[in-house]
This record gives sequence, structure tokens and C-alpha cells, in this order.
Amino acid sequence: MSIISSLANNFTAAGKLKAAGFNNASLANVTALDSSIALGNLILLSTQTASASASISFTSGIDSTYDEYIFKFINIHPSAQSYITFQGSTDGGSNYGVTCTSSSFHTYHNEGDGVTVLAYKTSADLAQSTSYIPLFTENTDIENDASYSGTLHIFSPSDTTFVKHFIVSNNNSAPGGYTVNSYLAGYLNTTSAINAIDFKMSSGNIDDGIIKMYGVKKS
Amino acid sequence: MGTITRTIGNSFTTSGVIKSSAIDNTTLSNVSALPAAIPTGFMVLLSTQTASASASISFTTGIDSTYKEYMFIWNNCQPSVDFATLGFQASTDGGSSYGVTATTSFFKANNREDNSFTSLGYDGGQDLAQSTNDVQLSLSIGSLGSRSSSGVLNIFEPSSTTFVKHFTAVSSDRENRDRLTNCYSAGYFNTTSALNSFIFRCNLSANITGTIQMFGIK
Repeated sequence: MSIISSLANNFTAAGKLKAAGFNNASLANVTALDSSIALGNLILLSTQTASASASISFTSGIDSTYDEYIFKFINIHPSAQSYITFQGSTDGGSNYGVTCTSSSFHTYHNEGDGVTVLAYKTSADLAQSTSYIPLFTENTDIENDASYSGTLHIFSPSDTTFVKHFIVSNNNSAPGGYTVNSYLAGYLNTTSAINAIDFKMSSGNIDDGIIKMYGVKKS
Repeated sequence: MGTITRTIGNSFTTSGVIKSSAIDNTTLSNVSALPAAIPTGFMVLLSTQTASASASISFTTGIDSTYKEYMFIWNNCQPSVDFATLGFQASTDGGSSYGVTATTSFFKANNREDNSFTSLGYDGGQDLAQSTNDVQLSLSIGSLGSRSSSGVLNIFEPSSTTFVKHFTAVSSDRENRDRLTNCYSAGYFNTTSALNSFIFRCNLSANITGTIQMFGIK
């Protein structure tokens, strides 16, 4: 009877639950909300932290659920002076090496104020190549406080009609005390769906850093 | 008691599960968190500041290790003085002082509205080399009418105590000469101390009118 009494205290006279009768624990069994509730359209799908890693692969969650995927690189620190690269897979990550054409340009400035550049970077582009695709134009230094951060957008990787466009913007601390700001873009020249992405340095390991994969909701 | 018991009974299914009609927005007002299984948005608006002829706009709270990336969006910022530029600086002491050493690059594209002038090039007058001056985000914004600057600034892991603090920014500015300037500013704050405040302000002692929002990226 006392249970019924305390239960009754948590309801209005009309039989509705009062706020006091409902808390976070009550919600623990909820796995979805009504579609009318706006929750934001940028969804974090995966976070991977490097620790002397030869590569970091995303082999699940890349499908038609999202029309755009965003990868964030947070303070990537290499074991050797090198730049980060990526490739796509059409077989879930068994093989990486999709034909790609890309462009790249960068600007840089040194701490000594003696050098400034804005130029196309031929050595960081690809022309119908299956090589790993440079995500940056210059090496990142291996000084303890040196790193690389940036953003990669890949559009409709699961599409089976069009090529797969990508755009990249980022910044690093390069050997010799340089800030390098690079912009790369291109497309994976295939109409097959891309369902896995692999990242690795042009040489050596990814000693430290975080790569996050987000999906951007279609609506 | 019997009446209440009956009305309560109407709020449950025969298997004892609470019906949706038993819960409304008032009930939910007591909930402060959602289960982790529910995918919520990962770009979180932390602060919106609207300036009206303000000397500066500062963000002094909410910048910590909660987020690995912060994004600032400035929208239609107009200086009180022609040719003023919008810039920013960082603080390691909660905003008591601003002036962290930075090295940056800066390039821009221009197009005049009458199509009489276009350019693309590095601007050595706007970059920094190990300087504690303000980092330039835009250029020569017009002070009258519809002239303004809008753009996006991304700062990576300001709370890191290991690495320098990288940032990238892009702006679109309408100059007083009715010219578009598209600026790209990037670089790093050359410190391993955590950054915990940012200030946005114009040069030429100009005040700012406009809005700046700060987002955290989970």
C-alpha cells in the first residue's frame, strides 16, 4: 500500500507522471528519440588514438547512411619527418589503392620571418594514381611539440554513379620552424562504393594523435 | 485514492509499461542527460556573443579539454572605422592577458564588384613570425552599410600541454571600396601551455558590431 501511495505521489490527478517521478535513470532504457527532436546533424562515428601506429583504418560505418564524412586530425605526431596520407577501399579494407587524381597548394611562413610562399605543390598531387594520397604538402617535424591538425571531407563515398570527391584543409609545424597551411582536393576515380579508409604516414609511424570520423546527416 | 489509482492505471499498458501519454514536456524537464546510446549532435554551441560597437569580444569560459576542437563563426562583423581588420589573440591565464607567440601565414583572393580587379597572392603584411600581436583574420572591412566580414576559425586542442596550437581560418570581407577579399589565415600559437581564452578585436582602435559564436566539436 505504501508503494502505491508513493507511486501515486509521482502522478498528477490526471494520471500523468510528474517531473519528480522521472529522472536520468528512467531514461536509461531509451535508445531513440522522436524524429521531431533536433539533435544536431554532425554525428561522431569513431575515434581512434594513435600510439606508434603503422596505420589507422576505418573499416565500418562508411555506407549510404551519410552523404558526407568528415575526418578530423588532432595533433598527429610522426615518428619520422613525414606527412600523412590516405587511401580508400572498395572491399571493406582488404585492399587499399583506388585510382585518384588530386591537386595541392600551400602557403608557408617561417618563424624567422625570412620566407613566405603561396604555390602549387606538384609533388603532393596525383594523376590517376593508386598510391596513397598526400593529405599534406610538407613533412611534419618530429620535435616534441610539433604536430599536424586538419580536416578531410569525403562526399558520398557509397555512391555508385559518381566519382568520390574530397577536400582537405590543414596546418602543420614543419622542420626548420615553419607554419605550413595546405589545401588539397580531388576525387577517387571510381563508381564503386568506398567502404573503408586507411591513413598512414609517408614514412614511419603515427606516434601520437587522434583521428575522428563524423557522419553528416542527410536531413 | 481509488480515483487516482484508476487514472494512474490508465497511464500504463497491460504489461506495465508507461504509455507515452503519461509523459509530457513537464515530466522531461527533470531530465538533464540522455543515455549514451542516443546519438546526439557533436557540434555544440557553447556561446554566442553579439557586439554593438564593442571594443572587443572575449570568450573566457568553456575552453578546456572537453573538446579537441573549437570552432568560431563570426557573422557580419562590421568595424567602426574603414579599412579596419578583424583579428584575435589567445590567453593562457583565463583572459587576464592576451599575447601568445604565434607564427602564421596569410593569403587572399580579391575581386572588385565591377570586375575591374582580381588577384591571388600571399600578403606578407598580415602574417606573423613569432609575434604576440593579434592574428589577422580578415582585411580592410568596410564600416558602412552592408559591408562586413564573416568567416570561420577552427582551433585544434587548445588545452594540449604537449603540442603547439594549430588553427585555420577563412573569411569573406566586403571592403569599403566595394571589393571582395577572401582571406586564408593559418598558423600556430607556439606554446605548450593550455590556451583558455580568446579575444577578437579590430585594429585602428575600431569597435565591432556583429556576432561571434563558439562551438565545441566533440
